[in-house]
Amino acid sequence: MSNNVNEFTDENFDVDVAKSELPVLIDFWAAWCGPCKAIAPIIDEIAVEYEGKIKVGKVDVDKNQNTAMKYGVRSIPTLLIMKSGEVVNQIVGAVPRENITDILDKVI
Amino acid sequence: MKRKVIIIGSGPAGLTAAIYSARANLQPIVFEGAQPGGQLTITTDVENYPGFPKGIMGPEMMDEFRKQAQRFGAECLYKTVDKVDFTKKPYSVWVQNDEYMADALIISTGASARLLGLDSEAELMGHGVSACATCDGFFFKDKKVLVIGGGDSAMEEATFLTKFASEVIIVHRRDKFRASKIMVDRAMSNPKISVLLNSVVVNINGTKSSGVNSVVLKDTLTGETRDENCSGIFMAIGHIPNTDLFRNNIDLDESGYIITKPDSTYTNLEGVFACGDVQDHVYRQAVTAAGSGCMAAIDAERWLEKQE
Repeated sequence: MSNNVNEFTDENFDVDVAKSELPVLIDFWAAWCGPCKAIAPIIDEIAVEYEGKIKVGKVDVDKNQNTAMKYGVRSIPTLLIMKSGEVVNQIVGAVPRENITDILDKVI
Repeated sequence: MKRKVIIIGSGPAGLTAAIYSARANLQPIVFEGAQPGGQLTITTDVENYPGFPKGIMGPEMMDEFRKQAQRFGAECLYKTVDKVDFTKKPYSVWVQNDEYMADALIISTGASARLLGLDSEAELMGHGVSACATCDGFFFKDKKVLVIGGGDSAMEEATFLTKFASEVIIVHRRDKFRASKIMVDRAMSNPKISVLLNSVVVNINGTKSSGVNSVVLKDTLTGETRDENCSGIFMAIGHIPNTDLFRNNIDLDESGYIITKPDSTYTNLEGVFACGDVQDHVYRQAVTAAGSGCMAAIDAERWLEKQE
């Protein structure tokens, strides 16, 4: 995980995500999830490319079940795009990089 | 950009083709596609790949395949080809607006889980509808779930899901399972698993925010329909080859698989080769996919030599 990718948890989610001034891309993942591993390098790249425009972070669903449950995550990887504490878009499953950046370009 | 070889797909077939063509100094590009590493990345233990007596996790194995290909100079891109042009040479493939050209193309796009084709299924995919028990079972702790299908993968998924779910019902449209006896026995001996035969899913009820709450089942003998409450529904009704991109260019069989010439990976188009599950509906194993990936790389290399 690169330095640009934050670790969001049940404890810090409300502060780090809901109150973030930048839009936030959140990657719900787990160590046992193959497609999550597949998408991880894309998330890392995006975190670098969008530095200063989008805050990027990951939620390990094994350790942070409350957050996963609160946002109705029933499949991983799930990507949430949040702005001012509201979910503005959601992507389920490993998708091509362009599908993610197209959505991000619309929120920044 | 032009290369001698472009490989579309990154499962065992594509990455083995990458290893062989990289070692032959053909500097292949691999377009990894929407599921880098292929179908093995949504499995857990691979117990039947030779050389791993203790088994290996599917995603981990595919990382090793990739590293081995990169070691010899293969370039693996996390990009998905969305258009091809086989009407002129060199052949072209596009990733959105970026064009890449190659003298030889190796197609190893594999297969994807077959879905029922219901609107409600598409709507609720990832919100209670799943084609990957190993990915999503975790979210159904102490919940009741359905597995749709009657083959080995349905039995395997149902058995796996009992680690999380309180109750698993296998729903199958026929009056008996197609799965092997050992897999059926293993599932049937599990007290959490029950079976509904002669039943098909005609609708799935739920919302994106609350998830699935029930499915409508139809009895194929009486035609009667009824609701079955559940929180999740897992599809295990087989696979379809990923050949939409090539539909107008390459000869496919009636099920959509690429037709290869016997004992080779040649397709009907000069310089286009196919390997792995995209051309194999019989064996569909990691090791057979890898084997045919090797064949494709050798076929491509020899074909390229003849063109010079």
